[in-house]
Amino acid sequence: MPGLSSLRGETERGAAVIDAHNISKVYNSKTIPVYAVNNVHLHLERGEFTALVGPSGSGKTTLLNMIGGLDKPDEGNIIINGVDITKLSANELIDFRLRNIGFVFQSFNLIPVLTAKENVEFIMQLQKMNREERNKRVIKLFKEIGLEDKLNVRPSKLSGGQQQRVAVARALASKPQFILADEPTANLDSASASNLLDIMALLNKEENITFLFSTHDQRVIDRARRVITLVDGRIAKDTAEVNTNILHTSLSETN
Amino acid sequence: MFLLKLAWKNMWRNRNRTIITMAAIFFAVILSVATSSLRDGIFDNLVKNVVSFYTGYVQVHKQGYQDEQILDNSFEASAQTEQKILQDKNVSGVTPRLESFALVSAEEITKGCLVVGIHPEKENQITSLKNKIVQGNYIKDDDNAVLLAQGLAERLKLKLNDTIVLIGQGYHGATAAGKYRIKGLLKFGSPDLNDKTLFMPLATAQDFYSAYGMITSYVLSLHNTKVPESTAKTVAAALGSNYEVLTWGQLIPDIKQHIKTDTSNAKYVQGVLYMLICFGIFGTLLMMMVERKFEMGMLVAIGMKKIKLMLLLLIESVMTVLAGCILGIAASIPLVYYFNRHPIKIGGETAETYERFGFEPIFPTSVDASNFIRQGIIVLIIGLILSLYPMYKAMRLNPVAAMKK
Repeated sequence: MPGLSSLRGETERGAAVIDAHNISKVYNSKTIPVYAVNNVHLHLERGEFTALVGPSGSGKTTLLNMIGGLDKPDEGNIIINGVDITKLSANELIDFRLRNIGFVFQSFNLIPVLTAKENVEFIMQLQKMNREERNKRVIKLFKEIGLEDKLNVRPSKLSGGQQQRVAVARALASKPQFILADEPTANLDSASASNLLDIMALLNKEENITFLFSTHDQRVIDRARRVITLVDGRIAKDTAEVNTNILHTSLSETN
Repeated sequence: MFLLKLAWKNMWRNRNRTIITMAAIFFAVILSVATSSLRDGIFDNLVKNVVSFYTGYVQVHKQGYQDEQILDNSFEASAQTEQKILQDKNVSGVTPRLESFALVSAEEITKGCLVVGIHPEKENQITSLKNKIVQGNYIKDDDNAVLLAQGLAERLKLKLNDTIVLIGQGYHGATAAGKYRIKGLLKFGSPDLNDKTLFMPLATAQDFYSAYGMITSYVLSLHNTKVPESTAKTVAAALGSNYEVLTWGQLIPDIKQHIKTDTSNAKYVQGVLYMLICFGIFGTLLMMMVERKFEMGMLVAIGMKKIKLMLLLLIESVMTVLAGCILGIAASIPLVYYFNRHPIKIGGETAETYERFGFEPIFPTSVDASNFIRQGIIVLIIGLILSLYPMYKAMRLNPVAAMKK
């Protein structure tokens, strides 16, 4: 796909994008404390393609919301690209999200009154990008998601898969450090889901864009290079650690 | 600019809802303008009827005359003073009067009456006195004759060309006595004027009261009758402290009070109307908030500052309310003008009562531009105040809670 190089972010390959330390989120804290997320450590590097899995109520969305700066942890810190986002004010967080994080939601969430192009352009307008640069970027993004012919079509005239591809383009429009995708394939048929995952995987591979998915979908889990399993708000399994342990074991055996 | 474009598109995302809101505002503005124009028109007509018959919109007296209306509180008429009064651009005419009481006798009957010395031509320009003549002719400057109100003539059992005898107290205690021919009979709507008024040329009155060159008041007519207060202020400043300059509201405070009471009653009716507008607008705003809660959460999540979201909602409200207001005002203009040119005619006994008191039995509307603007602004302000609610909700918006299904 052409033009992917233009989407490259600022963090160097392999550098930490997300560093979450001891983060917890407690609900009903005045009566019986229920930990939605309990003392989670998470370290994500640039270029990772990670799936956050677990049963319903395991804390996936809460963790994703906290990493995305939509929710604040009750304990712990989240450092993104060197910035402790738990220390930011509500307004600073909005600005931080605008410039560093791309979101893809389960139900597409495009603005229904705007065309596909305007939806993608919207983020860039919030960033006060000039018209010329916006136009160039919109055209590149639409080529990458394969919807060059749907620029001026409203979301209601697009299929679910096409809408989600536009949502990915919108998430990429702000040149974010990483993309958080909450159940992005949940409402898509197999072909659309597969097509969307192909695009995301390609962006990850060629552009080194970091993806963190919260998902139940086996199709996403199969594509992920790292899978973190949450159970009752704790990380029950992290394939990155398993891989590291295997590496350590094989190294010690060799020695 | 993009906020404006987005607001415009959002306005039409639910076409029916927007049209219903705009229609509610449209009819509210028409109703509001029509009721207030009718109210103002009726009051203007009432004032015109009362004021233009006799009082005038503004009067100039010697300082203290209003509290003690005696001849000794008269002042010397001068062309210079008249000129100073006429310097105010809103003054369209000025006429001198010498007013006092006297006893009027005819054969066995004697009654008290108000003797008014007038400049016949100037008086006619301001109060159209000539039009009130029902028998005989209008007086001239040098006539030694009077115009008698019909009611007074009936009480004295007098007719045209009969002679009356006047006795009273003149200037500085002089005795006033005279004999005059009735040159004309006048009919006034106001029983007060009709039963005890008598007009004579100014010079004749000055001679009768031995008040040579003196007058008790200058009566002013105005181009713009809506601003007698500011004209009175300017004239007072030009004349100095030896004179008092009073508006019709000060001269006949009971009429002013009547209008004030009726206006405050009408305000309650208008208040109910505004409440209905509030409910109409607020209902649609609530629906809009529920419908777009998820989307607003998403907008904040992806990086739209809350202040921008609030501004977006404000622009949407302003555009909807403004469109309704402008259309409402545009539609109410021909309606109000029509009822100004073709006033609602009162029928039956009410009409007879109106006519008996010398009032035209009509309800015209006022075409004062300020009425349209005022009502438009009030509805606009209501819309803006109500739009604070979605703005407040946007300010308090938690994107996570808003996007929860």
